[in-house]
Amino acid sequence: MFKGLLLGFVGALFWGVTFAVIFRMLLYFRGTQGIGNLLSAKLLGMAFVTFLMILVLSNVITALSTFFLSEDLELVAAAPVDPGTVYGARLMETILDSSWMVALLAVPLLAAYGVVYAASVAYYALALGAVVPFLVIPAVVGSATTLLLVNVFPARRTRDLLALIGLFAAAGLLALLRFVRPERLMRPEEFRNLVDFMAVLRTPTSPWLPSEWVAEALMSYLNGRFDPFPLLLLWSTAAAFVVLGAGLHRRYYRDGFSRAQEGAERRDGRGRSRRLERALARLGPGTRGVVAKEVRTFFRDTTQWSQLILLGVLVVVYVYNISVLPLYTGERVSFLLINVVSFLNLGLAGFVVAAIAARFVFPAMSVEGRMMWLLRSSPLDVRALFWSKYWVGTVPLLVVALPLIVVTNLVLDASPLILTLTTLTMVGMTFALTALALGLGALYPKYDTENVAEIPTSFGGLLFMMSAVIYLAGVVALEGWPVYLFLQSRLSSSDGAMSVLPLVLGVSGAAVLTAVATWLPLRAGVRHVRAMEP
Amino acid sequence: MKGSTDGGSGGGVVATGAPEAREGGGRDGNGSGPMLELSGVRKQYGDFVAVKGLDLRAKRGEIFGFLGPNGAGKTTTIRMVAGVLRPTGGRILIGGIDIDVDPEGAKAKVGYIPDRPYLYEKLSGGEFLRFVAGLWGWGAAEADARADRLLELFDLADWKDELIESYSHGMRQKVLISSALIHQPELIVVDEPMVGLDPRSARLLKDLLRTFVAEGGTVFLSTHTLEVAEALCDRIAIIHEGEIIASGTMDDLRAQAEAGGAHLEEIFLKVTGGDVMADVIASLRGAV
Repeated sequence: MFKGLLLGFVGALFWGVTFAVIFRMLLYFRGTQGIGNLLSAKLLGMAFVTFLMILVLSNVITALSTFFLSEDLELVAAAPVDPGTVYGARLMETILDSSWMVALLAVPLLAAYGVVYAASVAYYALALGAVVPFLVIPAVVGSATTLLLVNVFPARRTRDLLALIGLFAAAGLLALLRFVRPERLMRPEEFRNLVDFMAVLRTPTSPWLPSEWVAEALMSYLNGRFDPFPLLLLWSTAAAFVVLGAGLHRRYYRDGFSRAQEGAERRDGRGRSRRLERALARLGPGTRGVVAKEVRTFFRDTTQWSQLILLGVLVVVYVYNISVLPLYTGERVSFLLINVVSFLNLGLAGFVVAAIAARFVFPAMSVEGRMMWLLRSSPLDVRALFWSKYWVGTVPLLVVALPLIVVTNLVLDASPLILTLTTLTMVGMTFALTALALGLGALYPKYDTENVAEIPTSFGGLLFMMSAVIYLAGVVALEGWPVYLFLQSRLSSSDGAMSVLPLVLGVSGAAVLTAVATWLPLRAGVRHVRAMEP
Repeated sequence: MKGSTDGGSGGGVVATGAPEAREGGGRDGNGSGPMLELSGVRKQYGDFVAVKGLDLRAKRGEIFGFLGPNGAGKTTTIRMVAGVLRPTGGRILIGGIDIDVDPEGAKAKVGYIPDRPYLYEKLSGGEFLRFVAGLWGWGAAEADARADRLLELFDLADWKDELIESYSHGMRQKVLISSALIHQPELIVVDEPMVGLDPRSARLLKDLLRTFVAEGGTVFLSTHTLEVAEALCDRIAIIHEGEIIASGTMDDLRAQAEAGGAHLEEIFLKVTGGDVMADVIASLRGAV
């Protein structure tokens, strides 16, 4: 009940915000004389091109599971079922698994177009009619790509390769999007250039892509001159692709599936083992074992360590964002504003740490699901297990968090007091966020998943991010306001003693909140794991 | 080494931490009470009672077999003894230590081999064994030496540094068995010991278990393979619908089932509803 309500609330909030943003943009475009419709069409085309890219990539990855690695496939392979039927069923599963997120994103987007253009119900039916074949085409392309890849490389290697390609693509896209500084487009003088740019590109940018056909079909209807040709193109292409995909499946699937069953290659891990063990020599045998195991399994799992690439880009982009803040345009802004920004920076940097904790610390107990037989039957206390996992999470997070806060404060030219206070607070925040992630990860585990990357997107992951945001807001509020008062009193040369008390109270309050946020989730997690029946 | 029937079993690999072993005792050693004692052990899942008040004792230096049809409560009992599940009621004593009162102390004496060989795929066999030894508080050097000997014994020495993800089912099972032996337990708890093993390894395991009990250790095993139970176990308990319906040596069981000279299979079928089984077999013959 609580879970349903929370998910419903977050979903509705997300839809509402997306709808509002697009609605606002479309209204703005429509108000632009002459080229408003063209801009709206461009926006729709761009949105669907992005969807198309995401869908192809996500279908390639999903098809690897649905067609080759899923555990029920052995039964399917042994059953006397027509390959065409298997292809149809698995393609459907691939579409559902890979496209639900894009489909959900498309709802507020298309609804905003419908509302701004005051479209009738027929528009929504048309939208559905256009989106369905649009989802089928990349699913066929994605699964055919996977089929060919698996026939060349073993499936388990392909999965690693795809994880890497996907992450590099995402990291590249993120960096590119950020470094072109899209916010400049919202300034009128820049917008003039955009209009010129759009005007030059009156012809469709990619007439061969299904994304363009969706945009054309919908925009022609919204502009009152419905052209059925793009819709026909979508459906006929989807149908032809399915037939072609089924043909490829008949021809190559058996070989590919057979190859996918081959074991992973042998690898030597000995040299690394010794170094790691020597480095951990001071720890007790149990703790050393758990820590060494955590480090090894992380760095040997491509789907895990490769996320560090994305993390690196995230941190660079964050520091870059801070450095391009328009604080130094023209006149130098006040000392006070810089310090206020420093506290906002503390909250945001804390959010970055929370996001990293969600990726790497939150799944820590879930990944032990199948190994609970060993951990529970061993004399290792659950608390010791938690502490090992806690430090394995905290130390790397501190390595990211501390330079992040120090560098951004230096970029902001914050005062020594702020630098010291925010750095110390960041240490506390990292302790608390790791505990929250580990504790909630143990309270809401996903023991049955094969893909670790899915764990942070679960209900528990969402709950963790929400708790983290509430905690961060609490700390920033408790410290930010008294610090502001303190600095203001010092600036106005009034009695400093009056503002020291709130500062002490605020910092103490934040420390208590941090201690509670560290202790409570860890205790609840330990109790839960002790009481659980694996 | 005492009681070893296979020259390849390797001296000292299965040495137990049992007091008898240290004192040079043997089978039916004069330890202070039973190694494993269950009194009134119950396990309930919601309304369903899986285990209904079990009482049993396994002595030091014996292999105690636990048999029963599917869903009888064998694995639940095994998992409670291994400390994975907590009983809803009753007491489990391991070497005189109540597992509920001092779980760490009790678990330190147990080596557990579950029926499904789930292992850390991204660790090598050698690393996994060192990890397990660490959980039981063993230092790296001694754990390494024992891991080497166990892997050698199971023909896995060449695979020691390969990741477990590249192991076959049987190889995983061997790593699992090694992991239960590496910390020199006093009690080995095994759920379906022979699953996935080739004949040589199955034979090796039987010899290992026999050697282990000869050194003063205790084995508590559940199996479906009645020949294994008959050949290996000193005493057997048959569990049906959560209750022990027969227990004792083979002779005791024959007497209880009034089946003089019968094999364990016949006794098992008789006490677990063999009449119904006979009807089922007859109808199956008609069907196929």
